Amino acid sequence: MTLFYGLITGIIFGALLQQAQVLRFEKQVGAMRLIDMTIVKFMLSTIIVGSVGIYLLSDLGVVSFDPRPLSLGLQVIGGLLFGIGWALIGYCPGTSLGALGEGRYHVIWPISGMLIGGLVFAFLYPLTQEYIRPIGNFGSISLPDLLGVSHWLVIVALAVGAFFLFRFFEKNNL
Amino acid sequence: MKSKAWLKPYVYGALAGLLLVLSVAIAGQFFGTSTSYPRMATWLIDLIGIDLGYLAFYQVRDGALTGAAFPNWQLLFVVGIGLGAFLSSMATKTFKAERLPPMWVDRFGDRLGLRVVHSIFGGILVMVGARMAGGCPSGHGVSGVSQLGVSSLLALTMFFVGGIITARILYGRRSS
Repeated sequence: MTLFYGLITGIIFGALLQQAQVLRFEKQVGAMRLIDMTIVKFMLSTIIVGSVGIYLLSDLGVVSFDPRPLSLGLQVIGGLLFGIGWALIGYCPGTSLGALGEGRYHVIWPISGMLIGGLVFAFLYPLTQEYIRPIGNFGSISLPDLLGVSHWLVIVALAVGAFFLFRFFEKNNL
Repeated sequence: MKSKAWLKPYVYGALAGLLLVLSVAIAGQFFGTSTSYPRMATWLIDLIGIDLGYLAFYQVRDGALTGAAFPNWQLLFVVGIGLGAFLSSMATKTFKAERLPPMWVDRFGDRLGLRVVHSIFGGILVMVGARMAGGCPSGHGVSGVSQLGVSSLLALTMFFVGGIITARILYGRRSS
């Protein structure tokens, strides 16, 4: 049943990504060149609706979750490496499969690179855990915990911030 | 319909958010894709008969990061993304076979070899970076930031910092 849910969820997500045109190389690199903010609009919209729903479920006691552990070393170094590679290939791990689905066959090269990267990481794993993970390691911590405020206050602030950002994008035709 | 085109990323993005909430409520699963790559890579390595079982990576949670976890929710989710994009592009006649991305050709010319080199090198950086940071734009960006995780906000910021600087170096100042 879990597998079935995974497939159905993936199909719907893939269709939404395709309809919003966020699977395209031009949209992804366009965002990084600061000339087309389509993927930022999509992601932020997903995050706002997602955070409201997830925290609502959590308040109702339906689900419980802990944010991924914070390690300044892992997220800063890993995040920067990801960003450099992202600009080079123009796809991220999820969108690359979607791009293949809509016919962009050249995405097989980035996919091959990411598979090799997955194997490379299997070898690097102990080093990252031993030397990089301890740098600024704070465990699972959410922004409301850090600020000591209600999660709804953070979500409202996020939504208001996004609204002004969206207005800026639309005014500047980004 | 055409005049409402600007709404598309917001509407489909919001629907994706709703889908995430339903997935968490019904299946207990947050979105994530990047772990499937090391899993697939190690699965292929096992398949061709090379034993890397001695690596610490293979021992994490009884091989949860390797092909031993297959088939799982995330694998089917990733396959589903490809299938969903295929069906959606067929239905709206936006399926388009492409040899190289047009924006890339504009900048670097019609050179497949250079694209392959960029892709392999960049792909390695993407996956090492994603797994080191603990997620990609779906795992950290969408799922993690929806949970308001500090780690995810930091990772997503770094994705864009690295990406914007690299894109500037590769493509120069915005002109088009």
